[in-house]
Amino acid sequence: MSTEDKANEVSAEAQDQEPITPPTAPEQTGPGQGAGGPITLFFILGLVASLVLGWVIFPQLLYSHKEQPVQFNHVLHNEMVEDGCASCHFFREDGTYSGVPKLAQCIDCHEEVQGESEAEAKFVNQYVLKGREVPWLVYSRQPDCVFFSHVAHVKMGQMDCVTCHGDIGESESLKPYEANRITGYSRDIWGKNIAGIKFNSWDRMKMDDCSECHVRGNVNQGSVQTKRGGCFVCHK
Amino acid sequence: MKIDRRSFLSFAIGGAAGTALSPLPWKLIDDSSIWSQNWAWTPVPKKGETTYVNSTCTLCPGGCGISVRRVDDRVVKIEGMKDHPVNEGGVCMLGLAGTQLLYGPNRVQTPKKKVNGKWRNISWDAALSEIVEKLGDLRSNGQSHNLACICDSDRGTVPELLNRFFTVYGSPNFIRTPSIQDNYELALYLTQGVRAMPGFEIQDADFILSFGSGLIEGWESPIYMFRAKSALKEKGGRMDQIEPRLSKTAAKSDKWIVVNPGTEGALALGMANVIIDEGLFNRDFVDNYSAGFAEYKKLVIDGFSPSIVSKMTGLEVAVIARLARDFAGSRKPLAICGRGAGRNPGSLQDFLAVHILNALVGSINRGGGIVAVPEPDYIDWPEVEMDATASAGMQHPRIDGAGRGKYKSTRYLLNRLPEVINSGQESPVQVLFVTDANPLYTMADTEAVAKAFDKIPLVVSFSSYMDETSSKADLILPNHVFLERFEDVPFARGFPKPIIGLTRPVVEPLYNTRHTGDVIIQLAQKMGGPVAEAFAWDSYDACLEESLADKWDTLLEDGYWVDSEFSAAAQTRQFETDSSKFEFSNSDINALPVYHSVRIPGDESFYPLLLVPYDTMRLASGYIGSPPFLVKALEDTVLKVNDVLVEVNPATAKKLGLSHGKYATLTTPGGSAKVKVRFFDGIMPGVIAIPRGLGHTAYDKFLAGKGVNYNALSEPLEDAATGLDAAWGVRAKLSKA
Repeated sequence: MSTEDKANEVSAEAQDQEPITPPTAPEQTGPGQGAGGPITLFFILGLVASLVLGWVIFPQLLYSHKEQPVQFNHVLHNEMVEDGCASCHFFREDGTYSGVPKLAQCIDCHEEVQGESEAEAKFVNQYVLKGREVPWLVYSRQPDCVFFSHVAHVKMGQMDCVTCHGDIGESESLKPYEANRITGYSRDIWGKNIAGIKFNSWDRMKMDDCSECHVRGNVNQGSVQTKRGGCFVCHK
Repeated sequence: MKIDRRSFLSFAIGGAAGTALSPLPWKLIDDSSIWSQNWAWTPVPKKGETTYVNSTCTLCPGGCGISVRRVDDRVVKIEGMKDHPVNEGGVCMLGLAGTQLLYGPNRVQTPKKKVNGKWRNISWDAALSEIVEKLGDLRSNGQSHNLACICDSDRGTVPELLNRFFTVYGSPNFIRTPSIQDNYELALYLTQGVRAMPGFEIQDADFILSFGSGLIEGWESPIYMFRAKSALKEKGGRMDQIEPRLSKTAAKSDKWIVVNPGTEGALALGMANVIIDEGLFNRDFVDNYSAGFAEYKKLVIDGFSPSIVSKMTGLEVAVIARLARDFAGSRKPLAICGRGAGRNPGSLQDFLAVHILNALVGSINRGGGIVAVPEPDYIDWPEVEMDATASAGMQHPRIDGAGRGKYKSTRYLLNRLPEVINSGQESPVQVLFVTDANPLYTMADTEAVAKAFDKIPLVVSFSSYMDETSSKADLILPNHVFLERFEDVPFARGFPKPIIGLTRPVVEPLYNTRHTGDVIIQLAQKMGGPVAEAFAWDSYDACLEESLADKWDTLLEDGYWVDSEFSAAAQTRQFETDSSKFEFSNSDINALPVYHSVRIPGDESFYPLLLVPYDTMRLASGYIGSPPFLVKALEDTVLKVNDVLVEVNPATAKKLGLSHGKYATLTTPGGSAKVKVRFFDGIMPGVIAIPRGLGHTAYDKFLAGKGVNYNALSEPLEDAATGLDAAWGVRAKLSKA
């Protein structure tokens, strides 16, 4: 700081001190003490109201609740197949991932109604017999701007389904599908916790979760072809 | 407690603090950024299983194999079939854009009938009954010969079914759309006595002399020619282009030779003069395998000395002589002709002059030469039983005059049809079928064609699209598009081996359309009597499988069948003429002895310029209209928004007072149009050019109203020897708008 600046500073301080005169001080503190209660109260009211809005009401408004078109029991099916998840969620010959099964895979067993479950009757009568695909709501569907390859992770990276999809394979029923009313995508991408706090690896599937795992395992943090990082590795 | 401004501010500050401490703002920022990148209306292809279906493209006669990529049951991309003998994985822009022809908005979705000038949807049954009733009436009145048909091809099962229908019904008037194929086939017939298709072993040649052929602009089988030209160049071969305009082919050539348009045949004869005079011709071929050489020699020595040809063509004598020596001195020279993409037949004399030039250097049935590819012979149906009406009908002369009198060697003369219809009181054609053709767009002087169509009581279009001809028709019986149907593709134009491609359904038909093959069979069966008896098939697909017999399995598996042993060199030089030799001259070759340059008629003082069309791979100019992908990819030197650019040599433009980029009025005897002027040094002074394939009046907003249709401005010019349209241009005037 130059001497000129110091001089200016000193004079500014002197100017600030000058207007403070003793007679006015008691008048100012008097009403200030009297209004302190309501002001704090209103502050707290505003604070609480907005916290309730942000933490409780907002999540309820943001997500719609939808039941799956047909109920499905993963446990029951898992017991009957030999190859675990891959029995129905398999890789095609060209390495692409089949995702949610098509009717063609179900039809072998479900040509006719079996058992007495309501869901089974609905499935066979409304979809199998009419040849209509079930419009399953996919919890893990990423936005279209995200490129993700299952084969790179499951076959090459030897990852388990559970790491990203959790224990859905052990569920006896499908939970309601919660769609974000703004983006249209599933709540499971951001995670059930509105603050984005996660306890398990599958609780949230945002970009940071991808990179977290890639950094931790020190794998492919850029393009396989160019060996360079960049948005276009995943956002095609 | 007083609630004042301070309390309110305090509440707001508390609210702001609370909001900042809640996830609301952060979540909203995140969501809105995702929303803004994934708008619901952004088209996103559906995910699904990717499969490939091997098929054959039918959008031009190139016969390319295609590999159609589907995601679940939706076509997403058309690629060239790898290892296909014609295109070896290559695909042209039109083929690539074939998906737009399947899913585009211009499909005719159900049979339609025109009632008081308006289209009404009708059932297939009603449509077929209407035609059958009309045909029945004609037949019972002994007027079966008043039925005619225009079709793109006369080979393959669908054209053959039509032909069979015509024979057993009693009409000789099956007409094939004209192209250079007519003249090439005639040249082969007159000199070698064979009804066959020309095949060119371009990749094995070492000198291609092209008399205006657009080797990389859609001539014959476009992708095969692209590949062949590249192979020729890679091997160090030479390619010279004779053309009045610097086309893309000319630009890629070793030498661009500009001659007066219409005198190309004279140049070929002038070269023959030098080759014979200097003894450079192939003695083995001329001495052992040819006849009539003496007469031919006399013709070219007397009439086509380099100095005479120099005057006709505008080339210097030394240039003609050098070209002749280079050509004859090459190991495997090959001359080709047919202008641009070969849409217009041209003049037989030019084709004969060029074909005989090949004979002179021995490039007939020799590796790297031209070979006669036999017509497909797999269609072997039982003979038809014709009744008296059919026989009487077939005895009638053809309406277009082909096959008799001065046109006795010509098979089809579509270009004569409008004049024949317009000249009489009543149209000699009472019912006209149009399939795989769009004559109201592709024929010269479209106004006269439209007038003729108006006189025909019943025009039936089998087009999948609302094209110019469909719009003018009385009934439309829409065919499946090529991605929805089975069909045989019996040749690949210009490909030097017999080949059959199989077009197969890639998706279920999207609309209430029907295979034209099935429609013909059903029409015949509804007619009853001997007509029905000739069509014993249950369906077209059954007929196709039966016809292809032992080749069917190969076709299903590989997508094509090719006679790979066939080659030019393996062919005998025993020809099918009376003399069993290649005939340089005979009593039927009367076009050459009376050779004269093809001059475009018209008043030169009023129309001082010559307008020629040019072809580009970025425009479909046949019966298929360009899909949007092609129009979008057009250079702005061809089309600017809706204005076509006319290419003018700056010297010509200066004389006419025209400026680059400014509007002008282009007038021909056929009509006039507003165009934009483009200065182009690559065009001969006095000649101007516009592209083929624009100026559609029908189709959708992506194609209609863009540019000018060259055919609408042009006028046909009957070739004296064949009756085919020999015009290569039209007289024109260009003035400031």
